[in-house]
Amino acid sequence: MRPARLALLAGLLGAATIAPALAQEQALPHPRWSFAGIFGTYDRAAAQRGLQVYQEVCANCHSLNLAYYRDLAGIGLSADQIKAIAAAVTVPTIGDDGQPAERPAEPQDHFRKPFPNEKAARAAMNGALPPDLSDIVKAREGGADYVYAIPTGYADPPAGMTMGDGMNYNTYFPGHQIAMPQPLHDGQVTYADGTKASIEQETHDVVTFLAYVANPEMEQRHRIGVKIVLFFLLLTGLTYAMKRKLWADVH
Amino acid sequence: MAGLHKSEIKNPVLNWIDSRLPIITLMQKEYGAFPTPKNFNYWWNFGALAMVILGIMVVTGIFLAMNYTPHKDMAFDSVERIMRDVNFGWLLRYAHANGASMFFIVVYVHMFRGLYYGSYKAPRELLWMLGVVLLLLMMATAFMGYVLPWGQMSYWGATVITNLFSAIPLVGDSVVTWLWGGFSVDNPTLNRFFSLHYLLPFVILGMVFLHVVALHITGSNNPLGIDVKSPQDTLPFHPYYTVKDSVGICLFFVVYAIIVFFFPDLFGDPDNYIPANPLQTPADIVPEWYFLPFYAILRSIPNKLGGVTMMFGAIAVLFVLPWLDLSPVRSARFRPIYKWVFWLLPISCVVLGVVGAHKPEDPWLTIGRLATLYYFAHFLVLLPLIGKFERPLPLPESISQPVLGGGGPLPASAVTKPMEKP
Repeated sequence: MRPARLALLAGLLGAATIAPALAQEQALPHPRWSFAGIFGTYDRAAAQRGLQVYQEVCANCHSLNLAYYRDLAGIGLSADQIKAIAAAVTVPTIGDDGQPAERPAEPQDHFRKPFPNEKAARAAMNGALPPDLSDIVKAREGGADYVYAIPTGYADPPAGMTMGDGMNYNTYFPGHQIAMPQPLHDGQVTYADGTKASIEQETHDVVTFLAYVANPEMEQRHRIGVKIVLFFLLLTGLTYAMKRKLWADVH
Repeated sequence: MAGLHKSEIKNPVLNWIDSRLPIITLMQKEYGAFPTPKNFNYWWNFGALAMVILGIMVVTGIFLAMNYTPHKDMAFDSVERIMRDVNFGWLLRYAHANGASMFFIVVYVHMFRGLYYGSYKAPRELLWMLGVVLLLLMMATAFMGYVLPWGQMSYWGATVITNLFSAIPLVGDSVVTWLWGGFSVDNPTLNRFFSLHYLLPFVILGMVFLHVVALHITGSNNPLGIDVKSPQDTLPFHPYYTVKDSVGICLFFVVYAIIVFFFPDLFGDPDNYIPANPLQTPADIVPEWYFLPFYAILRSIPNKLGGVTMMFGAIAVLFVLPWLDLSPVRSARFRPIYKWVFWLLPISCVVLGVVGAHKPEDPWLTIGRLATLYYFAHFLVLLPLIGKFERPLPLPESISQPVLGGGGPLPASAVTKPMEKP
């Protein structure tokens, strides 16, 4: 078996020397996330503050089309709180007279869209389309770290760089020219729980919220996963013991 | 009672059935008493593993199809609804999507095992070729399945891969239009891919049946690559290999569960969580990892038709493998040169895979070309030459002989054979 091991080692070495070319041009910040790791859970307080940041800032331009108000139960809000949050916004409906109308939202409604359609969004946004944020944490290379990097990555463009009309310089955005002006600043929101609303805190909170919206099943998935992995480890051991016993008279 | 099968089943009800339809006798013969070489190592688990995964894929797939909408405006949202609102829908989808990757890992290991131990050689040539057909069917099924969520990578991957057929001289463009059912990848394409993605697994099941039938005619190869000489060399499949396969299956489930429950997007591309947009091409269009080596071969040829030919040639060469490697010895254990050269093939495949994940620029392009050259040279030049000039080590007389000595080349102490009857 020696040639096998040597060859495997050679292969791994080869792959290791090739791999670093995958590295990104700008290393992403790497904050500590409550939901990282196999035992990760969502920090409820952070996610609720993040909901506030989303509603007061992001929701003006970014939709959350795949989420329902009822999903907020997963970040620790009660049924009454969810009802109140939903009732505070109006959603389009068809009235009894058959004409388009508005009604207060209910928990089973999707989050209200800021724009009725893509054209309306582009018309209001100087031609740019704010992406839907429902899956944003899963839909970008770098995940939560990348989504954190964008709001905190604004800077002055380096000398000699010509920016497009209405574009903003961002350290982490591919190509460094982003249509979105810097969305969050120190003190942009006022947290009810007294947490100091620094730009890092606001971004951290809203990313926690968005991570929950992208993976609402994660906590259940982790809980079941631990049990299933332990179960199969135990079963592997038992099966191996049975195999040893059965084969004992063969060897 | 003319015309009835003489069943030996004791239970009267089962006996009544078995006399008229001897499936119990058949199962007893093919999976119960079936004489199997006694010296399998754990690499022989992977055939059974592939069968288990096929079952998981079919079952999860059927339930996913109950909740999926094959329409370009609704497919993405229907998959998200499965993830968010269907009871344990996330489990179904993550098990299915990662199951595809696990399927390819297991099948690739299964194939490399066959390559190392010479399982493709006479009399198992057709068994091997059916396996290559299975690989092709799996690739087609996996490709069409990846299109169904209708994310960016689904759409653009489908566009790139179907466009390969435009390389066919004269009729290429017409063939592509015919495949699409229109003039671009669109709703008709999605509909037919869904239909075929549901159909092909059952074709795979049928082909697996033939693969197993062929296996049970020739009997299994084994790590020594020598023929079974006497009943002394074999064990009944049950319970010896049912339990040994079970060990591997349980261990497989540990790995599979870790991926599904803790790293479900490990093999996925973030771009596929963005709904398909025909007006916006992603920065990098990369196929799923299991296609990367073939993608690298495709792109290492500067001519489209040439690239497509080489890519399909990479599979086609496997069909004729039994007639390229003419060494009479099956197992690499007794082939002092092939034992080393074998490992260059998986290494070249891994290198091609890494190259396939990068843009076709230097140094990747050159590395990819060298690895492509090696891949074909391995089969077309090295194997025939090694078969001709290599001097194999002496083969053991029978399977039971070295098994008692602990496997590998025969130590002197193994001459005493306590188990062997005269």
